[in-house]
Amino acid sequence: MKRMLLSLGVGTVLVAAAPAIAQDNDWSEIQRGLYLVRAGDCAACHTVKGQAPYSGGYSLETPFGTIYSANLTPDQDTGLGSWSEADFYRAMNEGISKDGSHLYPAFPYTHFTYATRDDIDAIFTYLNSLDPVRNRVPEPDLTWPLGWRFLMTGWNVMNFEDETFQPDPDRSEAYNRGKYLVEGLMHCGMCHSPKNVIGAEKGGDSRFTGGTAEGWLAPPLTGGPREGIGDWSEEDLVAFLKEGRNARTIAFGPMADVVKHSTQYMRDDDLQAIAAYIKALPENDDADAGETDEIDDDTQALGELIYATQCSACHASDGSGVAHMLPPLKGSSFVQADNPQSVVKLILEGGQGVATDQYPTQHAMPSFAWKLSDDEVAAVATFVRNAFGNQAPAVSAEEVADYRH
Amino acid sequence: MVKKLPPVDVVLVGFGWTGAIMAQELTDEGLNVLALERGVWRDTSTDFSVTNAQDEVRYRWRSELFEELSRNSLTFRNDRSQTALPMRKLGSFLPGTNVGGSGVHWNGLCWRFLPSDFNARSHNEDRYGPLPENMTVQDWGITYDELEPHYDKFEYLCGISGKAGNLNGEIQPGGNPFEGPRSRDYPNPPMEMVYGPTLFADAAANLGYHPFPTPSANMSQAYTNPLGVGLAPCTYCGFCEKFACGNYSKATAQTTILPVLMQKPNFTLRTESMVLRVLKSRDGQHARGVEYVDTNGDVYEQPADIVVLSAYVNHNVHLMLVSDIGEPYDPDTGQGAVGKNYAYQITSGVNLFYDDKVFNPFVGAGALGMIIDDFNGDNFDHTGLGFIGGGFLVQSQTNGRPIETHPTPEGTPRWGAGWKKAVRENYLSSISVGTHGAVMSHRGNYLDLDPTYRDVYGRPMLRMTFDFTDNEHRMSNYLTDRAVEIAKEMNPREMKVNRRTGHYSIVPYQTTHNTGGTIMGSNPRNSVVNKYLQSWDMPNLFVLGAGAFPQNPGYNPTGTVGALAYQAAQAIREQYLRAPGPLVQA
Repeated sequence: MKRMLLSLGVGTVLVAAAPAIAQDNDWSEIQRGLYLVRAGDCAACHTVKGQAPYSGGYSLETPFGTIYSANLTPDQDTGLGSWSEADFYRAMNEGISKDGSHLYPAFPYTHFTYATRDDIDAIFTYLNSLDPVRNRVPEPDLTWPLGWRFLMTGWNVMNFEDETFQPDPDRSEAYNRGKYLVEGLMHCGMCHSPKNVIGAEKGGDSRFTGGTAEGWLAPPLTGGPREGIGDWSEEDLVAFLKEGRNARTIAFGPMADVVKHSTQYMRDDDLQAIAAYIKALPENDDADAGETDEIDDDTQALGELIYATQCSACHASDGSGVAHMLPPLKGSSFVQADNPQSVVKLILEGGQGVATDQYPTQHAMPSFAWKLSDDEVAAVATFVRNAFGNQAPAVSAEEVADYRH
Repeated sequence: MVKKLPPVDVVLVGFGWTGAIMAQELTDEGLNVLALERGVWRDTSTDFSVTNAQDEVRYRWRSELFEELSRNSLTFRNDRSQTALPMRKLGSFLPGTNVGGSGVHWNGLCWRFLPSDFNARSHNEDRYGPLPENMTVQDWGITYDELEPHYDKFEYLCGISGKAGNLNGEIQPGGNPFEGPRSRDYPNPPMEMVYGPTLFADAAANLGYHPFPTPSANMSQAYTNPLGVGLAPCTYCGFCEKFACGNYSKATAQTTILPVLMQKPNFTLRTESMVLRVLKSRDGQHARGVEYVDTNGDVYEQPADIVVLSAYVNHNVHLMLVSDIGEPYDPDTGQGAVGKNYAYQITSGVNLFYDDKVFNPFVGAGALGMIIDDFNGDNFDHTGLGFIGGGFLVQSQTNGRPIETHPTPEGTPRWGAGWKKAVRENYLSSISVGTHGAVMSHRGNYLDLDPTYRDVYGRPMLRMTFDFTDNEHRMSNYLTDRAVEIAKEMNPREMKVNRRTGHYSIVPYQTTHNTGGTIMGSNPRNSVVNKYLQSWDMPNLFVLGAGAFPQNPGYNPTGTVGALAYQAAQAIREQYLRAPGPLVQA
């Protein structure tokens, strides 16, 4: 037991040796920075699995080429070691690097510009508290002429407004805090808003109407009860962000990482604020899918059979699933999205729920790619999209073939 | 060249049920715990998917989850007059390998032993007079009441489905009236009962017995355990024993502990690491760690302050013997305790065939059934019967797996058109009543090192010397007679009675309920470990598992294995760490 006793001893010494108030302040500033770094889910892009946290080098595949995330540790040569607070603020606020060159907007400065100077300084303090890690990140590998960073000036003119968040005095404190987080550090729109041809988020009525992330649909946050989260309560949203699941669904795919590395660490009051803001977004009435395709009897029978034999054990005969463990298909926005991408990919590739402190079990759905043909996947996808009161267009075998790889 | 590794607080040898429980408890205490597992990592989502978990050829017949005998087996003989030969193929018992151990492929019957089971010698001698000379039955050195909180903890970890029969001394209708008092009911209600068990329960009740639902580690409903780990409702697919559950519906280390444990920074799992021996301190008074070999053949010394043997029964005994810890049992003198009182389980049954009933045997679960405990332990008067102990009688619908399960009536040809016809006619309309009996320990049943055969690592193999004695045969016959009486009351077209006769055979599958060899007791002369499963010889060595059972009562062992592991963990946390040394004075 010597080691145990030794470590207890060290702890005691540290406590005794930390009387200075200045250090206490630093510690709380670092903790505040850590909280904000998590809110911004910086690890998603700046930490490569198996490497030192925030040492960068993560490759981001964009439609325009590959970009590598920066090393955020305070290494003098390869990280932020030589940066000043002002340099860091400019990067976050204007997307301009220490050397004056433009950063590519895969780095969400278009959102971070909302953040207050105070918060950005705290983030910088936290990053400076990390151990410096030497890791030189590769240059981006972009389609010509996008390698010319100065062209970003033009992109910024079209797509970027440098505006620090201003609270709306007519709205509640919670709404304003939620807006500050959602539109700013959390950069939710990066996935949940559609993008234009030059990779910028569409504005206006298109905001938060759904997008894609790593090949998965990012559901609309404005959506109605069918495709979106229109019938979720604020409590549903808070539970989803904190625990990675609620009675309706479980986070998987890219959102699982967001919950795991970011939202599960957020304070309840912030999660409530986020929910208040998201629920205040304009809602699209999508309750009725409109004209859905006629489903022929053979497809219906095949889908029903596959559902009974392959799916019903977990998702239940009536599509109700098991709350918090095996997601219901009844009323699911993923299942009913006009675009069948996610439901087809889930059947083909499977998926795994997120583990959070509250729910450590990562219940998983297996891949059926080896077991079901394109026709069978199409039939069962079509079935679940139109059973249990669901409504969505039919899926064709050709569409399924497109998602196989 | 042995590489010496940095020390850890605790090293666990084997990472199944007991290893996972101990790791969870001791990491909670802040200790730095390392588990060494000879097999590989296995998890539900990656290895036991619902799309392939129910593969009878792969798992049952090609033994994917069972231990590999080509590197390390045991030798077997019925008695000391014979020469033991190596077991080259698994048969009678199917120990597991890989993460989760045998617990991955259990059926899920999760029992508490009877209060009188824990003092089997004194209880039976008080009631019936001295036991036969060669019956080496012993008291456990622990009482049911001491273990009750630990049974409770294990049952709530697992989410056992069942019906209490005795709540704080109050007998509950519908439960087992013979069980010891429980501090609270089972965490989940009983499984949904299928038809066959209800027929058995009605017949048993008509005869004045006390049927109750099997205590089951298959989930009757969704359950989140005290660690926050979620188990899904059982789908009654009929692939439990010999299989891993693909639906998160059977309690295993994977479905109850590992999601939490594997996240802990003070826990390390090292797979494909086969422990060869426990290393002793220079004065021989302490374990200083273990020596293990990886799959490259590299040998490592892993120092540790506490060594926990949490492998399967025979491997724990083997490690004690090859590490020269404690005194090996000598059947001539009765001296020594390591390897003493190896015991097993004795089973029999009756097949019932009907014309007018359909049972849909493919709807099943490992612990889905109705049971009577009227003939277990000392729940009935043994005067004049010529044996002690007993067992439970059960109608269980575990499976209708096509290769394994197709009972046919007496006189059916064993192959060809006649066999096929009989299978077709009886598959849906037959059930069975099983008996599951105790094996009392006997002077001549024991484990030691084989003088001839060695494993691939050069160590002498473990030698098993075991046979059923008169006590087992009389008892099993008595239980089988009771099963036949109930079967008659169930009014089948015809019956086939399968008694367990003659010598024990290591070939046909019976149960993976091997016990003894590192038995617990009240003093170092007759036992290997004290009531906290702490070695009498080395206070920093703990030996978990069913090896601690001084004899094997008439129940499946896992519930008690889990409870004893929790008890040992609590003793380490609350007593040993404060004052490392013997927890019971010899």
